[in-house]
This record gives sequence, structure tokens and C-alpha cells, in this order.
Amino acid sequence: MKFTEEHEWLREEGDVIVVGITAHAAEQLGDIVFVELPEVGTEVTKDDEVCVIESVKAASDILAPIDGEITEVNEVLVDEPGKVNDDPIGDAWFFKIKASDASQMDDYMDEAAYNDFIG
Amino acid sequence: MAELGSLKRTPLYDLHQELGAKMVPFAGYAMPVQYGLGVMKEHLHCRAAAGLFDVSHMGQVILRGESYEAVAAAFEALVPMDVLGLAKDKQRYGLFTNENGGIDDDLMFANRGDHLFVVVNAACKDDDIARMKAALEPMVTVEEITGRALIALQGPSAEAALARLNPAVADMVFMDVANNELAGAECWISRSGYTGEDGYEISVPEAAADQLCRELLAMDEVEAIGLGARDSLRLEAGLCLYGNDIDVSTSPIEAALTWAIQKVRRAGGAREGGFPGASHILGSLAEGVARKRVGLLPQGRAPMRAGTPIYANAEGGELIGEVTSGGFGPSVEGPVAMGYVGTAYAAIGTELFGEVRGKRMPLTVAKMPLVPANFKR
Repeated sequence: MKFTEEHEWLREEGDVIVVGITAHAAEQLGDIVFVELPEVGTEVTKDDEVCVIESVKAASDILAPIDGEITEVNEVLVDEPGKVNDDPIGDAWFFKIKASDASQMDDYMDEAAYNDFIG
Repeated sequence: MAELGSLKRTPLYDLHQELGAKMVPFAGYAMPVQYGLGVMKEHLHCRAAAGLFDVSHMGQVILRGESYEAVAAAFEALVPMDVLGLAKDKQRYGLFTNENGGIDDDLMFANRGDHLFVVVNAACKDDDIARMKAALEPMVTVEEITGRALIALQGPSAEAALARLNPAVADMVFMDVANNELAGAECWISRSGYTGEDGYEISVPEAAADQLCRELLAMDEVEAIGLGARDSLRLEAGLCLYGNDIDVSTSPIEAALTWAIQKVRRAGGAREGGFPGASHILGSLAEGVARKRVGLLPQGRAPMRAGTPIYANAEGGELIGEVTSGGFGPSVEGPVAMGYVGTAYAAIGTELFGEVRGKRMPLTVAKMPLVPANFKR
């Protein structure tokens, strides 16, 4: 699993990358009450704002970690946004993306580096 | 956090740290925004059992003069409320108005027999005290009380919890005020709060504050609640946050606080007018206002936060209002908001649209409070 400085986790699953937010991010955001997902089939560029999540405190965006196409979204989160707090690195993935340039994944941290990053 | 170092601390600062609170700057104080439970669970706990809040950042002020009547008559020059007619050991909601008919702060005041006890917002307290001193001295002395903490115990189990420490508090009803001993100290207690729930606000000597809170927190039904849940509780209860929902530019009539202006201070009343901005405020009362504060329920799941523009139509048309407080209501189980809309759009049930991230989403004008109030009348 890889991690971004935006506190996303990226898990390779065949030819797609599964994207979610880290436990650290979920804890910092507080109780998540709203999730807006992208449409399947959307072509995105790295750093595009693809999801909106709102906690009891504030709204934030999830950025596309790489260039590619959204192949699947986790609709369950729309009805049960609290899952992001309950199981951020398991059931509460946000979207899957088919990379157009897999080498972009090389930029990201491994778990040890991410743990150092969040201190 | 370095920026917290320069902030003032309440007498309960060490307790907050010990409880694992996340501290944030608020009105010049380091205050707990949430504890371990988090905002959502804290909110629901307060509505289900009892929540303990530190509100020591608020200003506590005693006004004394020759008699209560003398103080009350003088104080009526600053607020459009019936202060003289307030019964002994009763509390009332009030507003400091300005010459333009706007609101400079909201407050609570109580008739304590030989003095008036006033509680004002933290962010405004220096200005409020200066205002009272300038207007009332030397006939009335204005004393800021700095040696006492202020805590609130709110929720359906508040009475059972507090009565365990002193059974006398169970006899109080909504807006009663009394002095009672708690944790070995004389406390000034009112049966009131700002959550829409039954409960108490307790002014406790600084030296006993920590002990009193620990005695309460040791009870199963009591949890510490931070400012985050305090905000969602008061929003669901339809209560204004000064600086968001009311400010120097909003009149009490626009703010739907007409109920707080007793008849005796209105046109035709025995003590009509005589407060700052009276001609504007009484004029608005007679002629109506162009905008009104209303409760708002967004129809989707997306919260509509302060600043969200409101339109009458799904596309086009003019801006007709703005959200002034908005977020997620844990008890409503959906987004809740309040804001100002043109009077033509203020009827309960009116379907409007709030624009969130460039998209207009439906919201409905709703009766406040957005959850049923639960006071002990």
C-alpha cells in the first residue's frame, strides 16, 4: 500500500488502484456526515478534486492521486458516510482508478515513510 | 500547538487536558472543541443523558445600586427588555442594541434581589463591560466577576445528576435562579442553558470548579462536551450564535427575537422605547422588515454551511438570502441550518435553494427549534 501527503491510501488491485483516506485523516476530520463521489467513467488528472467529504467540522476534497479513469465508486458511503470513521482503510474505500501512467505511483510513500510523515 | 500558548485559560484547563480534549482558540481562550467521544457522540449523549460544558470564557458581571429597582431602571436604557418587571430570582434573555437598531451582543440577566447578575459572550465582554460602565456609573457599580468558573450541565438527566449533589436544585424550574452549595462551595445556579435541553448553568468559585466537575463526570450519565457539539446542539435548538446569526447589522425583529422584547417596552407600553435604536426597532415592529431569520432544512445530505447563498429558483433569479449557521444535526440525522431570507420567502414550508459548490440544492424553511425543546417549565 502507498500513501500520499494528502493522507490518501492507494492499494493496487490488478490493473486498478483503490483509493481511500487514512485512519489519521479520518480522525483529524472527525465524524464524516457527507460523501460526494465522482461518476464512473470520468477521466481525471492528478490533483483534480474528485470527491467531497464533509465532517461535522468542515468540508474537504479528495484529490485524484494519479491520471486515469474512475472505474468504480463505493456507493455505500453516500448512505453511510460514518463508515469512513469506522473502517477507513477497509470497507470505506472511495473510488477505483485505472492508471494511465502507472509510474506516477512511484512518487508515493510506503507505510513507514507515511508514519514518519504524520509523526 | 504553539499558538495556544498565548491564550487565556479557564479554571478547568488542566481537567480538559487530562480528559484528552482537543483544544482550540476561541474568543481569546484555549477551549475544548471536542473530547474523546467526538462531536457526534457528544451531541447525542447530551440529548440522551447529560453533558457538562465549560463556559467559563463568558463574562459574569454584577450590577449593584441603591436597590434592584434602581439598577433595573438604569439597565433598561441599554436593553429593550423588561428588567424592572422581572421577578426576584428569575432570569431572562436580553440584547444590547445599538443606535442603528442592530445587536451588539446577546446576554442573560437575573434579578438577584439586591443586584442584577449578567452573563455576556466571551468575544464581546470587554466592550459590554465598558458600555455598562460608561452608561451606568456612578449610580450603578459594574463589577466583572473573575474568580468564578461557569459551567453548564445540560440534558434530560441533568436534574437527576445535579440533585445527587444537592437535592434543592430539583425544585427549580426553567429560568429560576438560586444560590446552592455544590462541592462545598456556594454556587449561583440557573435552570437554563443553550442546547434546547433542560439543565443548569452554574457559576462556581474557581477553587471548587475542578472538584465539582469531577464529581459530575464520575456519574454514569454525565460526559464532558466540547464547543463542537455545543454548536450543533444550539443550532438544532434554533438559538443564535452572536457574530454568525445576529450582529451589529441585524435587528432583533429581523432576527426573529421579537419575543424577547416584552410588551412594556414596545409601542403603547408603560416604558415604551428608551433603549438604543428604539425608533428603528419599534418602527420595524410596526412596519415589518425586509428579511427574517428562519430555520432551514437542506433536503439532501450535503451540509449548507455559513455563507451559503440562497435562491428562490433552481436556476437564475436573484439572491434572496444567506445561511448564517449550518452543519450536520446529529439528532435531526441530517443537515440543519439557519439564515436570513427575504420576508416573502420566510413562511414555514417554503421551498428554496442553497448553492453548494456551484450547484443549487433544495432546502425548506422550517419551524424552529428544529428539534423539540425539552425545558422544565
